Amino acid sequence: MGEKRQFKVWRGDETGGDLQDYQVEVNEGEVVLDIIHRLQATEAPDLACRWNCKAGKCGSCSMEINGMPRLGCMTRMSTFSEDETITVTPLRTFPVIRDLVTDVSFNYEKARETPAFAPPADLAPGEYRMQQIDVERSQEFRKCIECFLCQNTCHVVRDHDENKKAFSGPRTFIRAAELDMHPLDAREDRKTYAQQHQGLGYCNITKCCSEVCPEHIKITDNAIIPMKERVVDRKYDPLVWLGSKIFRRHPDDDQLVQSGSSHAVSAGPAMTGVDLPDAHERTEEQEVERGVNWHRRVGPAQLPAVGANGRLGVSEAAFDRSGAASPFGDDVEFPMPPRDLNYAHPDQD
Amino acid sequence: MTERIERHHYDVVVIGAGGAGLRAAIEARLAGKRVAIISKSLFGKAHTVMAEGGAAAAMGNANSRDNWQVHFRDTMRGGKFLNNFRMAELHAKEAPQRIWELETYGALFDRTPDGKISQRNFGGHEYPRLAHVGDRTGLELIRTLQQKIVSLQQEDKREFGDYDARIRVFAETTITELLLDGDRIAGAFGYYRESGDFLLFQAPAVVLATGGVGRSYKVTSNSWEYTGDGHALALRAGATLINMEFLQFHPTGMVWPPSVKGILVTESVRGDGGVLKNSEGKRFMFEYVPDVFRKQYAETEEEADRWYTDPDNNRRPPELLPRDEVARAINNEVKEGRGTPAGGIYLDIASRRSAEYIQKRLPSMYHQFKELADVDITKEPMEIGPTCHYVMGGVEVEPDSGAAMGHVQGLFAAGEVSGGMHGSNRLGGNSLSDLLVFGKRAGEFAASYVDSMEKRPTVPAADVEAAVDTALAPLARETGENPYKLQQDLQAVMGDLVGIIRRKGELEDALTRLAELRVRVANVGATGGRRYNPGWHLALDLRNMLVVSECTAKAALEREESRGGHTREDFPAMSAKWRTVNLVCSLDGDKVRLEHKPLPKIRPELVGLFDRGELSKYLTEEELAEFDTSATEGASK
Repeated sequence: MGEKRQFKVWRGDETGGDLQDYQVEVNEGEVVLDIIHRLQATEAPDLACRWNCKAGKCGSCSMEINGMPRLGCMTRMSTFSEDETITVTPLRTFPVIRDLVTDVSFNYEKARETPAFAPPADLAPGEYRMQQIDVERSQEFRKCIECFLCQNTCHVVRDHDENKKAFSGPRTFIRAAELDMHPLDAREDRKTYAQQHQGLGYCNITKCCSEVCPEHIKITDNAIIPMKERVVDRKYDPLVWLGSKIFRRHPDDDQLVQSGSSHAVSAGPAMTGVDLPDAHERTEEQEVERGVNWHRRVGPAQLPAVGANGRLGVSEAAFDRSGAASPFGDDVEFPMPPRDLNYAHPDQD
Repeated sequence: MTERIERHHYDVVVIGAGGAGLRAAIEARLAGKRVAIISKSLFGKAHTVMAEGGAAAAMGNANSRDNWQVHFRDTMRGGKFLNNFRMAELHAKEAPQRIWELETYGALFDRTPDGKISQRNFGGHEYPRLAHVGDRTGLELIRTLQQKIVSLQQEDKREFGDYDARIRVFAETTITELLLDGDRIAGAFGYYRESGDFLLFQAPAVVLATGGVGRSYKVTSNSWEYTGDGHALALRAGATLINMEFLQFHPTGMVWPPSVKGILVTESVRGDGGVLKNSEGKRFMFEYVPDVFRKQYAETEEEADRWYTDPDNNRRPPELLPRDEVARAINNEVKEGRGTPAGGIYLDIASRRSAEYIQKRLPSMYHQFKELADVDITKEPMEIGPTCHYVMGGVEVEPDSGAAMGHVQGLFAAGEVSGGMHGSNRLGGNSLSDLLVFGKRAGEFAASYVDSMEKRPTVPAADVEAAVDTALAPLARETGENPYKLQQDLQAVMGDLVGIIRRKGELEDALTRLAELRVRVANVGATGGRRYNPGWHLALDLRNMLVVSECTAKAALEREESRGGHTREDFPAMSAKWRTVNLVCSLDGDKVRLEHKPLPKIRPELVGLFDRGELSKYLTEEELAEFDTSATEGASK
């Protein structure tokens, strides 16, 4: 009935593995997940792969197909040419368990840290009144099927495991935005929470997450950017925020340690402006303590390598090396020393 | 060899993390119990996400005349009076409260102009009644409950310093056995899908919320998880199943291409001009018009085609016959060898209507098939056939508490895995509200069962060893049969012989073949190791699918009438005598035993909600006489 097509599927576990070649029958109208199922039913019964609904509604069968993060059930075979080899690999950002299955617990941990909906104290069940136009903004984000493709593609954590602690990722940002825009949510600090505890500031709006979203949620435009704008409104100083985020957060506490707390206080009189050591000898903490000279001129932010379309590549498949480009520039390591933090105001030049 | 087994102690173990399971877990946790939630998939991926229509609840937001009595009446009508009346009553009464509660968990339903929850019309419901969020209500429900669980975990973190202190989710974990101490539930045994390591839960109460059985069918809208685990676990623990012969099929689901297999094709395709053709290209429905419908339906293609534009002077095309007639006709064409290679028939609208017209009238159908399968319904016919999507039957439960009947204590069931609520046929929208109402009740009563107990049951060590051996057996059989092949064969038997239209001979044949499969399933093998090995997982699921299929086939053979989700070609009419009977399945050793049990008698004030004319369609002469007596008594008082 169908014809044989060439596949490469990554097989292995956390100790390593490689791409294996398969010749699989492909019929008209099939999707990549159908081919995985055919492999399981024929030559690879133990091929591990998650799936559930097979209709693009549950977000289980996330994988990377020819380097693109996609849902296996929503990727039609007809989108590939007949002589094309199709390479299927597990999500890169999360640790491999086996074959195409990865450990996505990172996403659940971040979700669990995000403060839940706070019901209004004065309304009983059945008394909630909201207008359609008001709920629609949050409803867009509640379309999320938690496929975690946005988390997987985000450059802040893709190939940067070290950022996972401080950065919660696009999925969590839309949750924060959803609650922020919820007409009856009783908490007022959703935005501050997003900046202080979720690492919203790490996002530099490359929109890769929006691009891979199978639900077409405008993650960047409708959630992240509005949240960022308000952040700037309120705190108005992303630099101080990022510095304090990286260096001043007490590990077991959700509260930000204010400048001049424990360490600084114990340092006592030494921490006055005059007595500060020379710029080159200052510690990073002292540097932050000094605040920022808003009048210095800084160069424009260093841009990461972009593809021909002027955007960051969605995956390393498009690049000539293994790791994806960092959105902060390739030579930057996190946490950054504060003296290297630049903020070029768009109106500067 | 000694196996390392991870041990956990909980008050309540909830098996299944769909709507019913999560709601039960929330309730048990709110009652102060320590709760484990077992999810076969990742947290939040349950089949509940597939529900599109909405959750039925008589809130009266769209029409103030709606109330629980009307909802009760609709549910009983839908189930053709075979429903457990008490469950239908509780469901109708409590559904609104359960929906409003979701809003306090953060759910965002679509709104009416005055800011209340919007309610939409749906087949079988007298008033607009379905609370909804576009066409993704199931997702909203699961996400809301998932997030409520997270919020309870956050409370526990503040109180105890540990998110998992009182409620813990075991994702990608499968339970293979329930463990008993005498006739009391003592725990549950299973494995982590990820690592293949075993776990043992010691718990006095278990809530089953494992969903349905659709994976035993060739064409189904259900996901791989729907292997009847809860049904089989309950049977093996000594509980009983009822109504297993009642499965909901849709006559026109896609059968090909595989990427859209099981997806339902709305009936409006036929209403808008689509016709059914067999592999010879013949429009066959004209041969299937039963005598009773002869007067209303066209006899020639010319007349039928004129109906679309001039319905007053022409009779309807036979493609618009009632669902079961269409299903029977399709079934017959396929069985007589005029089906498509994939076992369906063609639904053709492409050659009859312009592309423009189709796109305008059926936009979501057009886009769905275009996007999922690259099938252009304006250019080519669709291949369709009967699709399995819900099982009405399930664990026989005590209506108020959800406690399983039979001889087991401490076992509860809610949602699709439980039986009785929907009778012989479920109304659209009643499933999501069923999850919430009975999920809550099961959690609540499981918690109070734990409170009432004086001494905790203990898990017999020998049973744990036996469970380990059973679970490891397929991996040890090097020459065992391929589980995927066995599943295909089982699906073929069920799809072909115990499908939408049933006949005595075929059902008997099915039982013979299931007996053969039983021998083969006992010899299933799995290659590879224990780490995330889907072949091994399927091998373990097969015995559940098999025993549940046996129940369905046996009950279908026994029930000699057609009602709701059970259609017998040799007994096409509904029988008042059979309405008074529930078919109850239990396990006798490893054999399925079937018994007749009278239906609970509906309370007079609930019977009084119907008029006599309607009741006479369902009730026996005796029951009607009783109704008349009580009506005159009521009048004379």
